[in-house]
Amino acid sequence: MQGFTESLVLGAGGLNIGDMIIQLVFFIGLLVLLRKFAWGPLMNMMKEREDYVANEINTAEKSREEAQRMQREASEELKKTRQDAQNIIEDARKTAGQQERDIIESARAEADRIKESARQEIEQERDKAVQVLKDQVASMSVMIASKVIEKELSEKDQEQLINKYIDEAGEER
Amino acid sequence: MNRLNHEAPMWKDAFGIEWLDFNLSNVLMMFVASLIVFILGVAATKNMQRYPTGFQNFMEWLIDFIKGIIGSNMDWRTGKLFLPLGLTLFTYIFVSNMLGVVTNGVVGHELWWKSPTADPGITMTLATLVVVLSHYYGVKLRGGKEYSKTFVKPLPFLLPFKIIEEFSNTLTLGLRLYGNIYAGEILLTLLVGLAASGIGGFIGATLPMIAWMGFSTFIGFIQAFIFVMLTMVYMSHKVSEDH
Repeated sequence: MQGFTESLVLGAGGLNIGDMIIQLVFFIGLLVLLRKFAWGPLMNMMKEREDYVANEINTAEKSREEAQRMQREASEELKKTRQDAQNIIEDARKTAGQQERDIIESARAEADRIKESARQEIEQERDKAVQVLKDQVASMSVMIASKVIEKELSEKDQEQLINKYIDEAGEER
Repeated sequence: MNRLNHEAPMWKDAFGIEWLDFNLSNVLMMFVASLIVFILGVAATKNMQRYPTGFQNFMEWLIDFIKGIIGSNMDWRTGKLFLPLGLTLFTYIFVSNMLGVVTNGVVGHELWWKSPTADPGITMTLATLVVVLSHYYGVKLRGGKEYSKTFVKPLPFLLPFKIIEEFSNTLTLGLRLYGNIYAGEILLTLLVGLAASGIGGFIGATLPMIAWMGFSTFIGFIQAFIFVMLTMVYMSHKVSEDH
């Protein structure tokens, strides 16, 4: 066997069974050890990184979408708020105009009312004054008449007397 | 091993068993190569981080490299099973090849420091292991019936050739690696001999030696790559559905 293999492999040496057994044991041992201590952890780490990266990309994608959505919402909100503000200003302007008109209206009405009442008062006063005058004229007439009756006087005297009373009345006034 | 005039440190008929011979330099170098690979592997994964730096980067590149080899031969779903095997084969063979390129150590007349892969017995052991594993996984993953069918496909009369193919695969796989590395070492030894012969020899040998060491490094890498590639090819023949 040795001679045969020696000639087969260029006379370089025998196929030593011991070497073969040791090679087999070493290689299988190395395979098991490396798998446990080197390749296993390394491959796990690579897998983990792969998962991590995939996860991160997913998360980034999601948060980008979220951000876009929020931006859209915010701009919508802003537009709505602007519209609201516009409406409020418009309303205020309308209300102010209305109030202005109301105030002017009520002021005018008040003025009219005051004027009216003043006029009525004046009228009343005048009526009162006229009444008083009427009363006095009446009483004076009565007095004159009685004086005339009291004194049977001459035409001259009478005239004199009337004038006197008229003057008196005029002075009294 | 009779390399030029260097002897191999043999331990014949170990423990009094007639057929059990050890080449102690092979044993030593296998141990050294295994140790280096193990230390590299552990060192690379000692400070593992999610953001890889330095050595871890290199190891991850290596994993992707082997992944590429496997992926080019079979479906990754079944292929990931062979990733540790491919990685270990590649690193072990590459380190073994490099051990002989860096230096050959001679103690007295005995060659102690060399590539373990420059020995046919060792490369054949690896090749046999690979082929046996391919059969094992063929049965395990596809069932005995499907596995046996691969021998009579596409035509039944191919059966003898298929059986011969298994042995020739093993032989070529092992001897290709051995031949490349062994030849490289012989030439390096010759050049060292030339360099040691005198001043003129030293000057004459320096340049070719540097060139040959560079080439041997390249060969060492290529052979490790080819070994793993063929391993995966044979695996895929047994394991994949469509072969």
